Amino acid sequence: MSYSVQRTNVLRAITYGALALFVAAMIMNLFYVGPERTQGEVQRVFYIHLGSFLGAFLAFGATVVAGIAYLRTRNTKWDTLGVAGVEIGLGFSTITILTGMAWARPIWNTWWTWDPRLTSIAIMWLAYAAYMMLRAGIEDPERRRRFAAVYGIIAFASLLYTVIIIRLRPDTIHPVVAGPTQADPEGSFEVSGRIRDTLFFNLFTFAVITVVLVWHRVRLQNLLDRTERRKMEVLAEL
Amino acid sequence: MSASAEHTQSEAQVQAAASPRRRAMTPYLRTVGAIVWKDLRAEIRSRELINSMILFTLMTVLVFSLALELDADARQNIVAGVLWVTIVFAGILGLGRSLASEKDRGSLDALLLAPIARSALFFGKMIGNLLFVLVIAFVLLLLLTVLFNVTLFKPYLVLMVLLGSIGFTTVGTLLSSMTVHARARETLLPILLLPVVLPILISAVRASTGILDEMPSEDWMPWVQLLAIADVIFLVASYALFDFVVEE
Repeated sequence: MSYSVQRTNVLRAITYGALALFVAAMIMNLFYVGPERTQGEVQRVFYIHLGSFLGAFLAFGATVVAGIAYLRTRNTKWDTLGVAGVEIGLGFSTITILTGMAWARPIWNTWWTWDPRLTSIAIMWLAYAAYMMLRAGIEDPERRRRFAAVYGIIAFASLLYTVIIIRLRPDTIHPVVAGPTQADPEGSFEVSGRIRDTLFFNLFTFAVITVVLVWHRVRLQNLLDRTERRKMEVLAEL
Repeated sequence: MSASAEHTQSEAQVQAAASPRRRAMTPYLRTVGAIVWKDLRAEIRSRELINSMILFTLMTVLVFSLALELDADARQNIVAGVLWVTIVFAGILGLGRSLASEKDRGSLDALLLAPIARSALFFGKMIGNLLFVLVIAFVLLLLLTVLFNVTLFKPYLVLMVLLGSIGFTTVGTLLSSMTVHARARETLLPILLLPVVLPILISAVRASTGILDEMPSEDWMPWVQLLAIADVIFLVASYALFDFVVEE
């Protein structure tokens, strides 16, 4: 399959748009918002932390939907979406973890703690890294697609359940910015004024970046498949 | 040995497919029973799996005792962790072999060709694996009671072991039927299995620790219930997904 010029131009436009948004978001993070009253400059990493988490969430969500759709329709495009979602999601959750650690060192005075939220993102990362290992380990392409869809679904179910279970313990120290706050968070702050503007702008930016990256990854996979087919054809002719 | 095992397997299939109806068992249950019985007979004759699982269990407990340098207080606190880590690791050994040996002998294709429901094959394999894990768990309870001087034979703890083993072998059977087709299946199975069984592991360890510390039951009962829910979720999910794994 080859791509129409029009669609390529649309993707190119969105890509440049995402790049411009990212630059604007960084300018907002670094210059538009002032340093937070008690946490100071280190709080600026929060916008990327939450933005990349949103990106990971969207990408992994796409994988689960794609897994179910693949098992129902057996259309390989869903498998391509699935693998794109996992790769992009792994990248974003790595960013979430690293920015979180950078923030936690001065605020919590530790890089890592077995807090429910930290535990659940660590498990999420491991489960999807295992998904990539499974794909790498199965040679037959049809079987690989099937197994990847099955594992994507069961890993997600288990992940949801783990997240629910460890949240039952109320002793988290992770701040909750959106939604109800718990009794005793360490390092939370009030979201108002410029902080809110910056936060929403970053979330929007990261959502756009996620869509762009997944789209590029799907196209890359299609090109890889096409190259593979061409190679087979040439070999068959010889 | 392998000839007799193969003979056993084909015999079991013939029984499952063609034997006259006995008592009130449905054909489905008889199929499940035939697969479990086939696995058990093959194991009783060869004893290749259970011996290595039990030896592995002994060694793991030894390693834990020596590596952690346990005094009496520490033992009480971590015995639940030692119990579950050992069950999981020894269980992975058994799960890995259960379908791998079928595939290596070529009997997996025969099982798939047999005119039986795929889910019957799944439950047969799962119950077989569960029995192996329960044997391991029993040995382990005995061993830890003797070596750590903590009484582990309490009704609720035995119930926890049963519930935890059910959830673990359910997911384990599903995933091992996938990894059996992989290149490095021995390493792939634990990598795939461990993140997925974590909810079971967390609730099992929490509840076991609560029971052993003789805390009031409202402290650990929620974990028992959560574990039961997790078992149901995994049973339903594996039942629904197994067809997709073995279709070919």
